Amino acid sequence: MFDGYTASELMAIFAMQGFAGLILFSVLVLMALGLAIIFGQMGVINMAHGEFMILGAYVTYLTSIFFENYLPGLSSIYFFVAIVLAFIAAASLGAFVEWALIRRLYKRPLDTLLATWGLSLILQQTYRSVFGGREKGVSLPDWMMGSIPVTDIIEIPINGIIVMVLTLIITLAVYFVMQRSQWGAKVRAVVQNRPMAAAVGINTSIVDRMTFALGCGIAGIAGSAFTMIGSTGPTSGQLYIVDTFMVVVFGGAANLMGTIASAFTISQAQTILEFFMSGSIAKVLTLGMVVGILMLRPQGLFVLKIRR
Amino acid sequence: MINSLKRSIPSLKSVFTVAVAAFAFSQAAIVNAAPATAEVNTTGLAVTDDTVTVGILHSITGTMAISETGSTQAEKLAIKQINESGGVLGRQIKYIQEDGASDWPTFAEKSRKLLVKDKVAAVMGCWTSASRKAALPVFEQYNGMLFYPTFYEGLEQSPNVVYTGQEATQQIIASIDWVVKTKGVKTFYLLGSDYIWPRTSMKIARKHIAKLGLKVVGEEYYPLGHTQFNSVINKVKLKKPDVIFAAVVGGSNVAFYKQVKAAGIDWRKEKPLMLTISVTEDEVLGIGGENLVGAYSSMKYFQSLTNGNNETFVKAFKEMWGEDSVIGDVTQAAYLGPWIWKYAVEKAGSFDIDKLKLALPGIELTTAPEGYVKVHPNHHLWSKARIGLAREDGQFDVVFESEGLIEPDPFPKGYQ
Repeated sequence: MFDGYTASELMAIFAMQGFAGLILFSVLVLMALGLAIIFGQMGVINMAHGEFMILGAYVTYLTSIFFENYLPGLSSIYFFVAIVLAFIAAASLGAFVEWALIRRLYKRPLDTLLATWGLSLILQQTYRSVFGGREKGVSLPDWMMGSIPVTDIIEIPINGIIVMVLTLIITLAVYFVMQRSQWGAKVRAVVQNRPMAAAVGINTSIVDRMTFALGCGIAGIAGSAFTMIGSTGPTSGQLYIVDTFMVVVFGGAANLMGTIASAFTISQAQTILEFFMSGSIAKVLTLGMVVGILMLRPQGLFVLKIRR
Repeated sequence: MINSLKRSIPSLKSVFTVAVAAFAFSQAAIVNAAPATAEVNTTGLAVTDDTVTVGILHSITGTMAISETGSTQAEKLAIKQINESGGVLGRQIKYIQEDGASDWPTFAEKSRKLLVKDKVAAVMGCWTSASRKAALPVFEQYNGMLFYPTFYEGLEQSPNVVYTGQEATQQIIASIDWVVKTKGVKTFYLLGSDYIWPRTSMKIARKHIAKLGLKVVGEEYYPLGHTQFNSVINKVKLKKPDVIFAAVVGGSNVAFYKQVKAAGIDWRKEKPLMLTISVTEDEVLGIGGENLVGAYSSMKYFQSLTNGNNETFVKAFKEMWGEDSVIGDVTQAAYLGPWIWKYAVEKAGSFDIDKLKLALPGIELTTAPEGYVKVHPNHHLWSKARIGLAREDGQFDVVFESEGLIEPDPFPKGYQ
């Protein structure tokens, strides 16, 4: 298939394809981080993860409209405000949902699956009633659109860079919060041994609520970022949910490193395969690979070593 | 009553009495004008002396609600206008609306309910091919009549369905001929979502391109809901096709155009051109006009058409559904359904489905927003093909219109 192309063309296209792989990697990490926290640390299967993402997207949409109408001079930086607001909105909703629903189901982990699936349907219909069934076009400031041309073929998409930088920042922030802060130590203590953590004076129900809210908040940020590359509609969250679960489960549920390694493996496999064959087949082969590895290692790529 | 008449000022009661009398008189007039129910309805449909009931069956909830809302609105507008102009055979149309809920078995179940329990005289409904395929056996079993608005892949023909959108050859062949003739393209890249409509459409496109002696340099299908298109964009950059022929749908559609724009491809440049069969004004709302500007869309209808019929239609639509409404190809096709049914019923002089089937071929609509259309014996419409150039504001400039009406050919020879 490479007949008739010069070496420099091929080099350029491989460089671009590598970059596409990195973008996909960032997208997968960003999608999966919030779920990894909720599923990995708390054992809650949050089927409404995609809807929390779309809440972030709708907040971004509303923020863009607000800036256009009231602060047109600042509209080139509205996106950063939107990301913060998306985090706050999704985290608040998350805290409320934990209080109203999830905390009653910690002893019945499979029921959280049904409850959050119901929640996702409720949220979808709420979005439809509030924002209408049609998709919303979120207008981006000019500097965020387009690409930086390096050569004829190599053109680096700006939104790809933004997603990568954002992912890096969020991942580092999550790492420090979970591994280096006192609150993170509490979360890990609760995950490893709930009664003991309670016995040493950790308020486990507050820790649960904050953990769930953090996971949802990160989903909100992801949704906000994805207005650059995807659609914003009542059911758009469904587009991400399968990939998100795949990344988290494949990585080994209880380990953030696992999530990152798994996102890297899946994204590279998929972009390389997509280049050599049709999109559908590439997806089938990627999923096949994931299933195969999970059969050999049911616990996922990385496992947290704790005494049970 | 005699008491009230004695008074010099008419009391409320007397005014009421006069109103009732006038109403009864007008009703009598309508009944006199309309043929008797026993004559026009021999199969027990929901027809009374002054009303006839039809069904509307689209998704109001679920994924497809985005697309199907416009069709529902157009059908209600058509029914309202028909009622204002005197109804069908002197009878006012009433409708029963059911929700298909974006779930194909639900479409079948609701069709059965409309036909068996409500005995509706016709159903305006379905949107995706999957929902039509699910409902079709029900319409054939209970001998109902379905008016189906969406452009679709063809390869189907049922006496119980009228297809008011384009079938694949009407949409594809004319647009490929146009892009070859006016833009001089030599190489094509075919790209679609992975299900029956894009696959069948691309097959027709591929065969037609081969017939013209031109070349397909790439052909790809992505799963429904796929959101990452950077790989295919790189492949397009490597293979440098003259035109990308695309049938990507739903959320993928939005993701694709946003990412193409971000990758530095500008449809306004000479190469690659974009020719799509899956973007109407409805889809542009989600994609954003700035991401699509310069792309070509092949449809039979655009909101920006300047004929008198369309101007009246757009005005009425906005009056009923709000100034911000956009009208895509399928919405217009849905609007044709109730009108074609009305004229066919009046030609048959009966609501009976069997008489309707005989009357349908040859029914003409001179008031269609897209211009003149005519029902073919295969129950599809003769219609024109058009190409629109996407503008930044989300509307299209019509740059091409086929000279005459194109014959619908759901089973094209040499293309299967």
